[in-house]
Amino acid sequence: MNVVTPPEKLTPKDFATDQEVRWCPGCGDYAILKGVQKTLADIGARPENTVFVSGIGCAARFPYYVKTYGFHTIHGRAPAFATGLKLANPDLDIWVVSGDGDALSIGGNHLFHLLRRNVDLQFLLFNNEIYGLTKGQYSPTSRQGTRSPSTPWGSLDNPASATVFAIGAGARFIARGIDSNQKHLPGVLARAHAHKGTSFVEIFQNCKVYNDGVFENFTGRDVASDRQIYVEHGKPLIFGKDGEKGLRLNTQTLSLEAVVIGDNGVSEADILVHDETNKMIATLLADMEPPAMPVALGVLYCAPGQSYDEEVTDLIRSHTPAEKPDFNKLLRAGRTWTVD
Amino acid sequence: MSNTALAEKTSDPSHRETVESAVVRFAGDSGDGMQLTGGQFTLATAFAGNDLSTFPDFPAEIRAPAGTTFGVSSFQINFGSRVIKTAGDAFDMLIAMNPAALKVELHGLKQGGVIIADTGSFGERDLRKAGYDSNPLEDGSLDGYHLVALDISKLTMEAVKDTGLSKQEALRCKNMWTLGFVYWMYGRDRKPTADWLIAKFGKRPDVAAANVAAMDAGHTVAETMELPDGVHGFHVDAADIAPGTYRTVTGAEALAWGLAAGTHLADIKMVFASYPITPASQLLHSLSKMIDHNVVTFQAEDEIAAACAAIGASFGGSLGVTSSSGPGIALKTEAIGLAISTELPLIIVNSQRAGPSTGMPTKTEQSDLYQAVLGRNADSPLCVLAARAPADCFDVAIEAVRIAIKYMTPVFILTDGYIGNAAEPWNIPDINDYAKIPVNFRTDPEGFHPFLRDDDTLARVWAVPGTPGLEHRIGGIERDYDSGNISYDPDNHQKMTDTRFAKIEGIAKDIPAQGIEDGNTSGKLAVVGWGSTYGPISRAVANLRTQGLDVSHIHIRHLWPFPENLGGLLKEFEQVLVPEMNHGQLVNVLRAEYLVPAEGLNKVSGQPFKITEIEDAIRARLES
Repeated sequence: MNVVTPPEKLTPKDFATDQEVRWCPGCGDYAILKGVQKTLADIGARPENTVFVSGIGCAARFPYYVKTYGFHTIHGRAPAFATGLKLANPDLDIWVVSGDGDALSIGGNHLFHLLRRNVDLQFLLFNNEIYGLTKGQYSPTSRQGTRSPSTPWGSLDNPASATVFAIGAGARFIARGIDSNQKHLPGVLARAHAHKGTSFVEIFQNCKVYNDGVFENFTGRDVASDRQIYVEHGKPLIFGKDGEKGLRLNTQTLSLEAVVIGDNGVSEADILVHDETNKMIATLLADMEPPAMPVALGVLYCAPGQSYDEEVTDLIRSHTPAEKPDFNKLLRAGRTWTVD
Repeated sequence: MSNTALAEKTSDPSHRETVESAVVRFAGDSGDGMQLTGGQFTLATAFAGNDLSTFPDFPAEIRAPAGTTFGVSSFQINFGSRVIKTAGDAFDMLIAMNPAALKVELHGLKQGGVIIADTGSFGERDLRKAGYDSNPLEDGSLDGYHLVALDISKLTMEAVKDTGLSKQEALRCKNMWTLGFVYWMYGRDRKPTADWLIAKFGKRPDVAAANVAAMDAGHTVAETMELPDGVHGFHVDAADIAPGTYRTVTGAEALAWGLAAGTHLADIKMVFASYPITPASQLLHSLSKMIDHNVVTFQAEDEIAAACAAIGASFGGSLGVTSSSGPGIALKTEAIGLAISTELPLIIVNSQRAGPSTGMPTKTEQSDLYQAVLGRNADSPLCVLAARAPADCFDVAIEAVRIAIKYMTPVFILTDGYIGNAAEPWNIPDINDYAKIPVNFRTDPEGFHPFLRDDDTLARVWAVPGTPGLEHRIGGIERDYDSGNISYDPDNHQKMTDTRFAKIEGIAKDIPAQGIEDGNTSGKLAVVGWGSTYGPISRAVANLRTQGLDVSHIHIRHLWPFPENLGGLLKEFEQVLVPEMNHGQLVNVLRAEYLVPAEGLNKVSGQPFKITEIEDAIRARLES
């Protein structure tokens, strides 16, 4: 089952295990798995140095299907496990795979602290706005009014925005993709991988069985071009079928407006240029919701800073003496006395 | 228990009475610095060559309202020229810095014992706060004791008046004045404390000088004043102590060093992950300073994260260690199950405290034995060890590391608030006298799967990420015995469950046979203990054996699995008595395992057993 000497250039197939993939037919996870395996091949990942860590839920089965090291932990705790793993071996390349329940409900606390610490790993949140594995209850990202077995008259609580949460928690890399957009997703994942620190990626993932079509209002063929905006650093924030629409910053209300270039005297110069290092722009982009505004996709925010594991490594290095310290000396430090 | 004979009056005030041992209790307000004072007295006593044992007893509040009974902070020390096994039952001397301290602690003072009280803190308001209607120093209620009533506050102010300290700062020196006084009473050397004060207040030489002056003044007053009738100085001979280099050590320190010694002997990194909780935090503090000894500490966001980070570290080839007290251990439970399931080494330290729920965080108890041995969902066996005394924590920690690595299993270390905070002299061992702990990381891809087992120990292979050719995926879902892949096969689950049990049971073959601490290997009564009841049981059994009673002491370190001979050993006794600081836990595990008619002796007051309590229980069974 294991390849001793991996070939020089690995293909996506080399990252597939012999385990039967057990997601429901048509699940968005299949597409994401494909996208991740392609990314691993693209970036030249070494299987022996790569670890996929997950919590509980449909998405959490992911590690079993990627031919690297993998660990399927317990509900919500993958970030904590991954942090400990990184402290044990900072050289490992770690991917955490999670869902909206795992990451934002039972594991919300851990995700918050992972992001604030900025542990160097990739965190993929498969958001399908529903609990799949427990059979269809609403999740913390479900829209208000979601009917589910536990909310027969519609859910009452306000949903959380994964990306706004991530910004608030201090994430330094925030990106978004869509399961079915295979042209776009591997590029986003490669960027996430290249970033030092916690790279937070929200992937809109369709649950065929319990929440089919929940993202149709911006992923549907008829609306996609008007309700999605692929943001790129240094480029104007334009969208629409012919790139005729754009985002303009209203400096009076400090908010973004979707405008049509040419209408009402709007010119290309009025369109805001994306600066992925700007936290304020990232916040405004993360907060946009259809139908009034397009959904922002791509790298919303990227502002590298020192990662926690790097700081720990530096601290250890600065305290490590040239010679291995004598353990007996440690035991004898401080006040001692001798009995003859 | 001590031979202090205060009733025998001596006419010569310079005469020092020689006593075999003494128990002194320092008590004052939380802000009076009693723990620090006790700590210094402990060091001076150790330097004087006495054996000793201490018991810090303090409130949970950092600064409880001044002068209240619930704000009383105490420090007890038992020292002597003989082997000291507990912090002592009733005390010979009580230092009461205020009325609240007197009110709370007087009941523990021996009849005829010495009270040193600061009259300057016995004003009307102080008395009212402590709930006294009249001044006990004056109303005759202390007639059965020897009272040394001094205006320590005023004497301290006078002693430090030339140092230029503010009144508030000056008054803070009164603990050192009192310490100086008590130093004279027991003939202690002041120099180590003076050195320590100078080092501690390095940036405030005026404060250091004032404290030293206060201590010297207290000493001088004791030396020169006419002590009340029947009060005099004491002399305690040096104890017959084995040669070696010594230090005083608390349980928390010994545990930190022991864990680090374990990973040192295994030559791997320790990742210690925990979340602050009383009384376990001291372990985190101690280990945080050992960064140069291949120890990485991680203060996690919560107890669960701490346990999970430790497990992640073990998956990565370090030894993951997590630590807490009962309520925090409860939160870690699911994660511990994951470590059992994925068969990774993990050490979980439980510094037990009084519960349930928040209970009494600073008070000791040993009521988490069930939690450690049994407290998880499903059939989830692991190994449980218990430390019996502060210094013992060192060896127990090394043993825990050995078992965790050799058997690829979580190991619980049970200690408690008493052991963690108590101090005793420790003959510092040479790390080179300990056996290395072999670590065999798998590197050979040939025939590898993640649930390959050692034929003897049944331990799973330790294959760490970063090793080419050993890529594998594991997790909490049941794994196939022959491949490690996910399996829902009924027969396989039976086999895996049986194997997990067999692996843990097999540890019993690899640990020392249960010995007898004191007494015969058969007879009328065995007193069986675990953990910090060691001191009082040991002393009680020894006392009664000298009186001819047929009683033996058995103390269990390996609580799960038990040593193989334990059941047979217990059956050699007509009666089995199990004293525990809980409502009866080991007693029931022993009954369930061996069908022996063991009886419990239980105490859950948040205070350690007194020797007399155990003696009385033994007598009741042997003399009825």
